[in-house]
Amino acid sequence: MATLLGGLATSHIPAIGHAIAKGWQQEPYWKPFFDGFPPIHRWLEQVRPEVVVVFYNDHGLNFFLDKMPTFAVGAAAEYRNADEGWGIPTLPPLAGCPELSWHLIQHLVANEFDIVTCQEMLVDHACSLPLKLFWPTHEVAPVQIVPIDINTVQFPLPTARRVYQLGRAVGEAIAAWDSDKRVLVMATGGLSHQLEGERAGFINKAFDQQFLESMVSNPEWATQFSDLELVERAGTQGVELLMWLAMRGALTRGGAGVRKVHSNYHIPISNTATGVLALECLA
Amino acid sequence: MSSRIPDTHDIPGTTPFDGSMAQKGYALNKMCFSFNDKANREAFVADPEGYMAQYGLNPQQAEAVRTKQVLALLQAGGNAYYLAKFAGIFGLNMQDIGAQQTGVSKPEFMAKLAAANQQPDWPAARIV
Repeated sequence: MATLLGGLATSHIPAIGHAIAKGWQQEPYWKPFFDGFPPIHRWLEQVRPEVVVVFYNDHGLNFFLDKMPTFAVGAAAEYRNADEGWGIPTLPPLAGCPELSWHLIQHLVANEFDIVTCQEMLVDHACSLPLKLFWPTHEVAPVQIVPIDINTVQFPLPTARRVYQLGRAVGEAIAAWDSDKRVLVMATGGLSHQLEGERAGFINKAFDQQFLESMVSNPEWATQFSDLELVERAGTQGVELLMWLAMRGALTRGGAGVRKVHSNYHIPISNTATGVLALECLA
Repeated sequence: MSSRIPDTHDIPGTTPFDGSMAQKGYALNKMCFSFNDKANREAFVADPEGYMAQYGLNPQQAEAVRTKQVLALLQAGGNAYYLAKFAGIFGLNMQDIGAQQTGVSKPEFMAKLAAANQQPDWPAARIV
């Protein structure tokens, strides 16, 4: 059976794409963010993942309001990035893993998750940038991916509890996958931030810190909140922490718990309180 | 299974992009979605009025686009993610937009973001 190694999470701000393209990692503004990654790079070199399931939210590259899925699972052999309209560099295509995609689709539908499946799916910065952050020395991350998009564009959003359950079902499916692959789950987005309205610039440090701690020791903590309660605490874009809940839900199978490899929290990058986290599944 | 009543509580300075806003803003957001393509961005810049007419923007939306006022664009049903593609045409980043919406200068807005570091740490500051 496949091995679920652990989970990764990081913010995915478009401006990071500029910073990487221009080599600003050691600039004073950017260094506190990029310094959160080297301990995780060393861990990744040790555990050598081959396939990554990426929970992310599309920002209007692949999906529009004409057809807005709550959960969409990629089932492509290749995922292309494209012009997102705001001038960040377009990144090279990422390799898919259709075998795991269809295994996940079978398992999720059998477990009553009525997902959308996508044999063509453009992936935006929310999927492509985190892979550059975790594998910075590679032109393209040396892994296959299965992207899973979760709607954060249009309310109502899926409940935090449902997202956590989705993650748990993904974790169960990975553990039951008849493969010798080494698999990671990844979440991208967050932490607290709000781009729009008179409340733009909202950041909630204490909430973020409690959320980060909950990822290790009390993973269902944030599932108590409704979508608007999450907006109130984390901002309109801080609801991206739903991705983190899905990732963490995937690591619950077996109940053996997780070990924190490393985490980092830094305010601000662009308008965002940034979080980075790596968790290893305990045997 | 118990049914849940949708949460509708108000959050100051925030209009969640729900079904009502998604209907209201459809034409505006569809136009902004088209700005993923460079050719469309250029076509808009060359003839904003003609481009807006092509997408059927209503007068409120068209006026908000002309003035580039983000709060007005939001009130007209604009969604932050699609509006960001419109803002990109003019080289505006999220700090420009944040400053405009909150009525402060860009340096003041950036200072406010940085000042969030001074918020008290959890667990001393309890959340729930």
